[in-house]
Amino acid sequence: MAYKKPSQKFSGKIREVTVGSGLKLGGESVLPFYKFDGDTGAKPAVGMEIWDVFPESWPQSLKDIFGEYADDPVKWAKFCMEKYNPDFICIRFEGANPEGEDRSPEECARTAERLAGEVPVPLMIAGCDSDEKNAKIFVKIAEALPDKNYVFLSAVEANYKEVGAACGMAYGNIVSAESSVDLNLAKQLNILITQLGVKPEKMVMNPGCAAVGYGFEYVITTMDRIKLAALDQNDATLQMPIVSPVSFETWKVKESAASEEDMPEWGSQEERGIAMEIATAAGVLAAGSNAVILRHPKSVEIIRNFIDELL
Amino acid sequence: MALNGMEIYKMLPKKNCKECGFPTCLAFAMKLAQGGTQAEKCPYMSDEAKDKLAEATAPPMKTVTFGIGDRAYSLGGENVLFRHEKTFVNKPRFAVMFDDGENADDVAKKINHINAVNYTRISEEMYVEIAAFRCSSQDKQKFISLIKKVTSDCKKVVPMIISEDPDIASAAAEEFAALGPIIYGANEKNCEAMAGIASKHKLLLGVKAEDQAKLYDTVQKIQSMGFRELLLDGGGRSLKTAFDDAVNIRRTALLSKDRTFGYPTVAFVCDMTRDKMMEVAMAALFIEKYASIIVLSDMDYSMALPLFSLRQNIYTDPQRPMRIEQGIYRIGQADEKSPLLVTVDFALTYFIVSGEVERAKVPSWILIPDAGGYSVLTAWASGKLNAKSIAKAIKDFEVEGKLKTRELIIPGKVAVLKSDIEDELPGWKVIVGTREAAALPAFLKEYRQEKAS
Ligand code: B12
Ligand code: SF4
Repeated sequence: MAYKKPSQKFSGKIREVTVGSGLKLGGESVLPFYKFDGDTGAKPAVGMEIWDVFPESWPQSLKDIFGEYADDPVKWAKFCMEKYNPDFICIRFEGANPEGEDRSPEECARTAERLAGEVPVPLMIAGCDSDEKNAKIFVKIAEALPDKNYVFLSAVEANYKEVGAACGMAYGNIVSAESSVDLNLAKQLNILITQLGVKPEKMVMNPGCAAVGYGFEYVITTMDRIKLAALDQNDATLQMPIVSPVSFETWKVKESAASEEDMPEWGSQEERGIAMEIATAAGVLAAGSNAVILRHPKSVEIIRNFIDELL
Repeated sequence: MALNGMEIYKMLPKKNCKECGFPTCLAFAMKLAQGGTQAEKCPYMSDEAKDKLAEATAPPMKTVTFGIGDRAYSLGGENVLFRHEKTFVNKPRFAVMFDDGENADDVAKKINHINAVNYTRISEEMYVEIAAFRCSSQDKQKFISLIKKVTSDCKKVVPMIISEDPDIASAAAEEFAALGPIIYGANEKNCEAMAGIASKHKLLLGVKAEDQAKLYDTVQKIQSMGFRELLLDGGGRSLKTAFDDAVNIRRTALLSKDRTFGYPTVAFVCDMTRDKMMEVAMAALFIEKYASIIVLSDMDYSMALPLFSLRQNIYTDPQRPMRIEQGIYRIGQADEKSPLLVTVDFALTYFIVSGEVERAKVPSWILIPDAGGYSVLTAWASGKLNAKSIAKAIKDFEVEGKLKTRELIIPGKVAVLKSDIEDELPGWKVIVGTREAAALPAFLKEYRQEKAS
């Protein structure tokens, strides 16, 4: 008997979504990186995370790299662009946190506008810990930057109406639907947002993320099931591309945050942080992420090569 | 190929004697078809029928073993392509590559790393299971002395002997047979001799070919010699071709139900890149899909921490979340005045928190209420961890009788529960702890000092 190579053909396809003016996400009709089965769609995108305020809580190794520029998000973004050339920039409005600096929606909108004027790649706009505050800043930012196709991270159960109506409908941007590691929750939120009137091509999703070792198996299984439902069962409510904010999770866990004095046997703190970020990113990409958000330049380089080598 | 219940029924003696434990031969046949019982349970079946059935009801992917004693490991035996379908059963094992052409400093560095990386995470001991040895000198003695050095310095590793020269492979197998090594290097040309060595010493044999089609033919050839303890390598040495091999060998076994590829695979990540961090990315991919041995060029803590954790995650049974029993746990020589912390009954969280409390060397108590087996925020968001469940645990485990303290330290992520708990527990004061457990040692030391003064 001779070898017959197996293959899995699916009737469904992940929707292709254009971010900014030309960054394409999704479009695949096969499992992640299964080039041998068919069309893998657009290459997964790699973006870099910056903050609107100085990232005091980041490990020293990251402050050594970005610290000089991090007092101003525009300077910071330009530095990233020039040196590391990411596919997109994710600006996180940590400064809007009501328990922190509580910056106003207007101030956030001004920052976003300045960035949009100076940064050639698309932006992803992320908020702070408060869903309520995020709704307010997202509305203002979307209003200031209409029809940009920027991604707003995220609309959640508690604020999807405001975020969906403003970002996805009135001002022509893209809404990311964020749910908590469960296929049914992801599906439900996607349906609610489309029922509001947001077009599916103006949507991406984040069905939950975690660092490797921290409930990550639930993330992988949820993503596996979502991709199979989208491809195999042609479930249109789950065919949005997935954006995974990897760096939001990996830099706060102990493996990345513990100093060398604290854990001498663990060796270089910087290497631990990079390795946690890279393993998590490769892990979610293998389960179907269409874009990952990262912090460390080395992670950006490696993950980009990793994607290129697979496709 | 698999048989259905009726096909099996036709092969049974049809006595309906019930000795198999089933009311009729048909009921037995149906159960057998589902894999719910074994053919041996029927004492009246002909040998021929038994063989045919054993072949037909064997799992699609063979479970193979290597090593000996408490260092014996199983590989393969997987039934599904995705962990939500059932569970992955035999986790991949990590190997570090040594080469007999390598300089002594590099060898020493890797030995140190292998010996240093040895820790426990949620009851699982993490360490490198395999040392792989490549004979590039073609010098038998040099090769054997390297294996000797590494296996005597690293007591835990099982050797994987890599050579396509049967003469060298045989000498090394002879020398280290007692460790249950893996012999890797059977190919189209030498497979008869290599299978001979493996079967003589009862060892796992690694088979290599240029591509999947050639591997398929070689495996058939080896199987026809009656040898079936195999580990497969489709030959891909770029990430793309190696991933193709891992996925398609597994799919041939599980989707095409073709047992020629019903064996575990090995991924030589060490040959695919020179960059350590790229090795981490590639290894992460192969943990999820679908290598059973992952060979790396080294294993220091920066590689180990993410990779062992990822492996542990992917290989936990999705139907049985790891839960820890509710109660009050004593850490160190805690007495009635020691600090009292509350966390949840999710094993991951408990082990992280108790690990940090131990590291703090501040004897303490940890209270575990019924939190549904969830992480702190999951439990809080689903209403399982609240003032009532915490107050109930204080009562159920008679904390007020056992301890003098009336202060309770709660996880920082659920700071909002503070006043609710104080309402629920008159006489108690709630202290909001840190958000991450890693900050607990500093927090507890300070807390103890404040108490003392
Ligand atoms: C895995 C996961 C799940 C798994 C559950 C796994 C489990 N057994 O817990 C599943 C898929 C089942 C799940 C379900 C839900 N989840 Co969930 N889940 C996660 C995820 C991805 C990881 C959680 C995890 O394992 N963390 C790791 C552990 C170790 O963290 P931890 O318990 O908090 O412990 C740390 C600290 O708290 C601290 N600590 C712990 N104890 C103590 C004690 C003291 C004294 C101190 C000082 C410190 C301390 O130490 C630890 C390490 O630093 C998170 C998102 C994320 N990335 O964190 C969401 C998350 C927790 N889930 C969330 C939600 C909403 C839910 C659901 C309620 C969704 C729903 N509507 O159904 C359900 C609830 C379950 C149900 N059906 O009833 C939300 C919570 C939102 C919020 N802020 O309240 C999160 C944050 C996701 C999100 N961003 O929306 N979830
Ligand atoms: S033991 Fe064999 S013969 Fe007797 S009932 Fe069972 S299957 Fe039939």
